[in-house]
Amino acid sequence: MSQVLHYIEKKIIESLQKKPNQTPEQLSEFTELSIDQIRRGIEWLRLKELAKVSESSKVTISLGKNGIDAFKNGFPERKLIELIKDEPRSFDQVRKELSGTGFNAAIANAKKNGWIKIDKNDSGAKISIKEKPIQTPEEKLISVIGEKSIPEDQIENKLALKFLLQRPDYIIQSTEKSKTVSLTEKALHIDSTESDSGAIDVEADVPQTFVSRTHPLKDTIDEIREIFVKLGFSEIQGKLAQSSFWNFDALFTPQDHPARELQDTFYLENLKSEKPANPKQIKQVSTSHSQNWRYNWQLSESQKMVLRTHTTCVTIKYLAENQPDESRVFSLGRVFRNEKVSYKHLVEFNQIEGIVIGNNTTLRDLMGIQKEFYKQLGLTKVKFWPTFFPYTEPSLQTMVFNEKLGKWVELFGMGIFRPEVTKPLGISKPVLAWGGGIERIAMLKYDLDDVREFYNNNLNWLRTV
Amino acid sequence: MPVVELNLNRIKKLVSGNVTKKKIIDTLPFLGLDIESHDGDQIRIEYSPNRPDYSTDFGIALGLQGLLGIKKGIQKTNIKKQGKFEIKVDSSLSKIRPFVTGIIAKNGTIDDQSIKQLMNMQEDLHFGIGRKRKKSSIGLHDFDKISFPLTYTTATREHSFIPLNSESESTIETILSDTEVGKNYGSVLGDTKIVPIIIDAEGKTISFPPIINSAITTVTTKTKNLLVEVTSMNKDAAEDMLSVVVPILQMAGFEIIQLAVSGNKNSTPKLNSKTIQYDTRLTEQILGLNISPSTMISSLKKCRLDAIQKGKKIQCMIPRYRFDIFGSMDIVEEIALGYGIENLEPKLSPSQTLGKKSSSTKKLEIISKTAVGLGFTEALNSSLTSKRILYDFTNRDSSAMISVLDSKSQEHTILRDSILPGLVENLSKNIHESYPQKIFETGTVFSKASPINEAINLAGVIAYKESNYSEMKSILQSILKTGFKVDSKTRTPKTDDPMFTRGRYSDVSVDEEHIGKIGELNSDILDNFKIRTSVVGFEIKLSGLIFD
Repeated sequence: MSQVLHYIEKKIIESLQKKPNQTPEQLSEFTELSIDQIRRGIEWLRLKELAKVSESSKVTISLGKNGIDAFKNGFPERKLIELIKDEPRSFDQVRKELSGTGFNAAIANAKKNGWIKIDKNDSGAKISIKEKPIQTPEEKLISVIGEKSIPEDQIENKLALKFLLQRPDYIIQSTEKSKTVSLTEKALHIDSTESDSGAIDVEADVPQTFVSRTHPLKDTIDEIREIFVKLGFSEIQGKLAQSSFWNFDALFTPQDHPARELQDTFYLENLKSEKPANPKQIKQVSTSHSQNWRYNWQLSESQKMVLRTHTTCVTIKYLAENQPDESRVFSLGRVFRNEKVSYKHLVEFNQIEGIVIGNNTTLRDLMGIQKEFYKQLGLTKVKFWPTFFPYTEPSLQTMVFNEKLGKWVELFGMGIFRPEVTKPLGISKPVLAWGGGIERIAMLKYDLDDVREFYNNNLNWLRTV
Repeated sequence: MPVVELNLNRIKKLVSGNVTKKKIIDTLPFLGLDIESHDGDQIRIEYSPNRPDYSTDFGIALGLQGLLGIKKGIQKTNIKKQGKFEIKVDSSLSKIRPFVTGIIAKNGTIDDQSIKQLMNMQEDLHFGIGRKRKKSSIGLHDFDKISFPLTYTTATREHSFIPLNSESESTIETILSDTEVGKNYGSVLGDTKIVPIIIDAEGKTISFPPIINSAITTVTTKTKNLLVEVTSMNKDAAEDMLSVVVPILQMAGFEIIQLAVSGNKNSTPKLNSKTIQYDTRLTEQILGLNISPSTMISSLKKCRLDAIQKGKKIQCMIPRYRFDIFGSMDIVEEIALGYGIENLEPKLSPSQTLGKKSSSTKKLEIISKTAVGLGFTEALNSSLTSKRILYDFTNRDSSAMISVLDSKSQEHTILRDSILPGLVENLSKNIHESYPQKIFETGTVFSKASPINEAINLAGVIAYKESNYSEMKSILQSILKTGFKVDSKTRTPKTDDPMFTRGRYSDVSVDEEHIGKIGELNSDILDNFKIRTSVVGFEIKLSGLIFD
């Protein structure tokens, strides 16, 4: 039975039957296949013992820096002859004229060629022409090579080449390996037009097909959102650009607090909110600040627009506007910090925050919700440590044991809103709040150690992760 | 978060009692301290900015003693009136830095490690509650180099003295312009002609607050007695800062002696503890913990507070340095900490409400599913991006751009008003990946209004040799039709768009309402982004179309 041949193989065989011994480049030219296809085809044919490849190396020569100068402007010795052809000149004069173009080489070679004679007298040495300088074999060779690359075996005057090779930077020799492909005995008789048509090389590599998909970080965000919904929380939304009032003042962050400085928070240039909240809210928040922090609260500071530094501004606004007696809500979205971007910090990342108001709102209930949340994510080793957040009291952070890293990792924070936050806004019941950054969880999930990868939109990663 | 470095052997000695190093390491997190790194006996600890008393190992030892049950309740402070040490305040300071307070600490010994700890405390107090020295600042001096009484007064900028770490005299002017502290903190003083100084009875300058001390009073390991002074814009803030130092110096083995302060609304600091009446029912309401008042009291004492039961209430005494405690909710937290967070059992109560996603989230999920079904991969870009991508490379009009102030990252300075430029930038980063490339993104875009308007947009791009207008139009119509039964139309635009090829782009509308545009990107733009294939893109506004 005849062998099944790929159309690439057929084309190569066809071409070699017409013209034996070709390089892959020549084959590519004659068959109009790409060089990669030719290389692959040759490899297949070799394995099937239909083609042989012999390697040979070929030396080519071209002109070096000095060679090109000699080709364009003449050899140094020729330049010397030009200088003294009308009258003899002194050594010093010639040296000056030929400075930089190889004075020593000019004298030595002109003498060797028997072109010049040097007469010494009291005032120094004079150089004059001895006999008529005819074109040397080296000059001839240089003009033959010119600006081309020539195979060394094509050079006829080997002696001239040898001389030139001894002069620095005249000739560059480079060795090129080349392959010649020829057919084996049995391939010479293959009829490539024979009809095994329709047969293909079923073992050949095929181009990769990429699946289109949602963003991996988005998948984690969706997964976390689903868990919140499952735990009875409903989604609320708010703006990314907020007045300082809701981002800071309503959360009891004093106006001179370091977190409010330009170097931590993004302020929007020349933008302010004329009426960040209703007059009663403004008055009560202002009073809470003045009484508890003992300073002079300024409306103008609270009007400045910022990119929200947390999603808490959305939840507190919801509470102030809706005054619910019982509710479980969450907000999820981008938050911003004026930080240097690094493998662990982004200026913009995702945060989720849930709040519970109503019955069963003790710290132990909040810890229970946390535990269940992590269980849903497949994380079962969880413990709680005290921590500090400016607007909650008491405050805890969850530590989750990461099996892959073999250590405890800090994840979400939680706490109960301080009365200094809730009372001025007319919220009388305790409000439990919990949440944190999502990228951190996604990094664990996708085994990343550089958080920037999520926003690089590197298709290679997106297509294969 | 601020950091303090501890040596385990040293802290073990300070804590006294019979505790292992392991017990200390295990207890630190329950004081609210995070172990940042741990190398042999050296540990680096991150502490919360609201607890400056944890800025030294002395303060941390004080906390550990409580939680470990070695010493409980308030560390008694006995401020002795011994000798006559005084500082008088001049009225010229009233508009500059009106308040000073201080204390004298005697008969202690300081080693290198203690000096390091006290310097760390000083740095933290300056940075944190001192608001980078603007609100208050503190100076530590060798008491024995000073003759009393002191005067807190003002001097001109030509006044000179030998500043700390220097051997020769400098004028105030030179200190402000040539030294690092002067350059960093000089702005705190503004451009007043006179500046605050503290001089002693012999007329020697001992401090130029809030910038630098004088060299004469430098604290070294030979120092036995200390003067601590705090200057401030606010009397309470000055005493707050001083109150942090007192227990730390006491823990370091010093006796505390009064410094009398007078003149121009100043007075001698009292540093009394404050009292909070605590309703015991709060413990169960907030923590879900049913424990007896006596357990609450013992928990509070473990947090180095004092408490006594008064009927249904507990009277809590809070030492002055715990100014992070405002009211009852703070007491609840102290009870939880003293009782032990590890002893609080999490409890899962069933939710009384059913959760649901917002309607826009649901709609955006449909968009994602449809786009992925049509062969698009989802991209995510920052909404805070650069002028280069948003306007320069795309030739778009930047007259209404929204900038943020002082961004630390050049690539994040402008809020995007369009998603498409970011997607084109993504293509330019992927020119070595195989084509066709099809990506989409949904996200917030911003525009100036009063003060700002936010909307959700959808944009998509297709890049490969044969990509063209018709292909993209068909895809966009399909997304809207399949997902939302919305029919969209394309209209020949009246004006050119800088991003698209003339004659190869259109406006997109739904029910005569303009919602966006679609077109083949022109070659100038592709050149700017170094893209060597054809690209077609669209962007539409979803807000107002499929959700509010």
